Amino acid sequence: MEVVDHSHWSPLLGRLWWDAMPQEPIVLATFVVVALGGAALVAGLTYFKLWGYLWKEWFTSVDHKKIGIMYMVLGLVMFLRGFADAVMMRIQQAIAFGGNEGYLNAHHYDQIFTAHGVIMIFFVAMPFVTGLMNYIVPLQIGARDVSFPFLNNFSFWMTTAGAVLVMASLFIGEFAQTGWLAYPPLSNLAYSPWVGVDYYIWALQIAGVGTLLSGVNLIATIVKMRAPGMTMMRMPIFTWTALCTNILIVAAFPVLTAVMTMLTVDRYLGFNFFTNDFGGSPMMYVNLIWIWGHPEVYILILPLFGVFSEVTSTFSGKRLFGYSSMVYATLCITILSYLVWLHHFFTMGSGASVNSFFGITTMVISIPTGAKLFNWLFTMYRGRIRFELPMMWTVAFMLTFTVGGMTGVLLAVPPADFVLHNSLFLIAHFHNVIIGGVLFGIFAAINYWWPKAFGFKLNQFWGKVSFWLWVPGFWVAFMPLYILGLMGVTRRMRTFDDPSLQIFFVIAGIGAAMIAGGIAAMLVQFAVSVWKREELKDESGDPWNGRTLEWATSSPPPEYNFAFTPVVHDIDAWDDMKRCGVTRPTAGFRSIHMPKGTGTGLILAGLSTVLGFAMIWYIWWLAAVSFLGVIGYAIFHTFNYKRDYHIPVETVEATEAERTRQLAAVGA
Amino acid sequence: MSDHVHPNHHLDDDHGSHGSLRDYVIGFILSVILTAIPFWLVMTGAIADKSTTALVIMAFAAVQIVVHMIYFLHMNTKSENGWTVMALIFTIVILVITLSGSLWVMYHLNHNMMPMTSHEMGQLP
Repeated sequence: MEVVDHSHWSPLLGRLWWDAMPQEPIVLATFVVVALGGAALVAGLTYFKLWGYLWKEWFTSVDHKKIGIMYMVLGLVMFLRGFADAVMMRIQQAIAFGGNEGYLNAHHYDQIFTAHGVIMIFFVAMPFVTGLMNYIVPLQIGARDVSFPFLNNFSFWMTTAGAVLVMASLFIGEFAQTGWLAYPPLSNLAYSPWVGVDYYIWALQIAGVGTLLSGVNLIATIVKMRAPGMTMMRMPIFTWTALCTNILIVAAFPVLTAVMTMLTVDRYLGFNFFTNDFGGSPMMYVNLIWIWGHPEVYILILPLFGVFSEVTSTFSGKRLFGYSSMVYATLCITILSYLVWLHHFFTMGSGASVNSFFGITTMVISIPTGAKLFNWLFTMYRGRIRFELPMMWTVAFMLTFTVGGMTGVLLAVPPADFVLHNSLFLIAHFHNVIIGGVLFGIFAAINYWWPKAFGFKLNQFWGKVSFWLWVPGFWVAFMPLYILGLMGVTRRMRTFDDPSLQIFFVIAGIGAAMIAGGIAAMLVQFAVSVWKREELKDESGDPWNGRTLEWATSSPPPEYNFAFTPVVHDIDAWDDMKRCGVTRPTAGFRSIHMPKGTGTGLILAGLSTVLGFAMIWYIWWLAAVSFLGVIGYAIFHTFNYKRDYHIPVETVEATEAERTRQLAAVGA
Repeated sequence: MSDHVHPNHHLDDDHGSHGSLRDYVIGFILSVILTAIPFWLVMTGAIADKSTTALVIMAFAAVQIVVHMIYFLHMNTKSENGWTVMALIFTIVILVITLSGSLWVMYHLNHNMMPMTSHEMGQLP
């Protein structure tokens, strides 16, 4: 395709000009559909007068439960976008053989694989994980909210601001064509002169603020706000894994921020941290970004290990096998995850001593992970297993993740990595652990905690349809990639010469279609469940015979979670309370002090989005104005002293009386 | 419990000491001494070897950090139920890993991979 000249710049609009509008028919059509859909959504919300409700009850809410749900919605929306990218790649690779160029040009295809990776990690997996931790952790430790409720709302909107910028890049300008980690020198100004990499940088920087702050928030919550009697070694495993994940976030994300800042000054101010000339070293970027990047994959998987622990012990009707070994395994992984980053670039030229050190540490990390798997298996052993949907996803995880883990150990052998580096084998491996671990875990968690969040269970039939399309679909989609990788096919290819490879890509495409069916079935499952919510209703608040404190309150929990802070005497506090026959207090309520909602988080994040957009397009005046706006509004907010209120005792009494009636009705 | 600001703060009864005047004076004097010695070293050139001087100054800086933590930040093994010390140890471990690891890795990469002079290129087998 012809090279477009994007050197135009004006003081008012910076680099923004008509050439930033969608040029390619595919993007243009998508733009039209999205614009129409968005207009319909806005019109619908206006027609049904829902804006006030959304603003008051959700957008400005500092309730950790609502913020958790908003994170999950963000993750789901971005998941659909990321999956659309995946389908486009699969179709392209299935047809572009023997001179056929496929339907995507190189400029477009390169943006798609970059956007797919960035979105799936930063705007799907991270919001899902953060959303789960936000919703569940305060309930599990018997708290009324997180430590810093306003900060929580602000974190959510900053993450959303990053997602908005990535989505905007689809229609205004372009996204990076560098791969999801934007290695220099390709991501330097010399080779990526237009706005793609700048969208990448500012989206990640703004979302990173949210991630880091929510990490701080959840650590403080877990350390400071546990119910009386809940010592560290009585915390639910999910809370433990959440603690370790947030420690990793706080330790790792500043590295990403720093490395992005260095790339920014390289691009904006002509610095030479990562250039080829003037003493810059692109290898330093690779080293630094993986110091963040490897802990990041454990940030994603650890909370899901927690989910699987909760699900396995609940649905086996047993206390988790080896609670303390599970805790120590998690702690080991937390530290070890910092000792393995070089295995992402064995082939970059470190000597044998460096490579063998990092190869061995990588293999060592599979030991605590293996210990966890055995703990889950021994929990199931001689348990009364109920194969409800969360348990099905957990078993699917154990099988899938084990295979993914083993191919990971294979890749940890440096000589083997020299053969498989950057091949489709690697792609198959990390999809095997991320889909089989993170996504299956998210699905288990959604099916497990949905009744807690909304007061009704999810429809089983459509859940099973989704499961049986997803799990085999995953294997059909990624086994061919393992084979292709072993044959030496590299990642990120747009066209192929060898026609004998085509069949594998076609099979992988069929797998992607099955996964698409699984996703559709899941959306149907949500819709059907909402529609038939009266039939699926759970009034007990404890539909699975749960073991941890979140099941002790009603579903959905009242705004204040617990009228009286529970007192903990054992691991699996709620199970202990049920066995000891602790009776729920029905009198003596008092008014409850709660944090008040505020629009500040949304406003600050909105201004940050404008700031990011202005920096991307070199609109300096707007950048200056929005930056002053962010600082000014943040200072203005510090003068807001109306940050709390009391839920009157009458309201608490009425809510709790309703709960008593509910429990009497189900005979609990 | 409801009328208090944070209903769940049962576990943090001890906020750590806020330090006495004596602590602050001791801390201040130590800081001054630890700052003055490096200045003196540089200004008089007491140690002839420059890199040795740099190392000595670094050592003083490390001691200075500890002094600040103990006398100004009032850190001890008991503050916040030991969480402060745990956090400190974790931070040090991570910093040591990332810094020493990066130096080791980058030394190797630099040695093996960075562009050589044309003379060296000619010597390659």
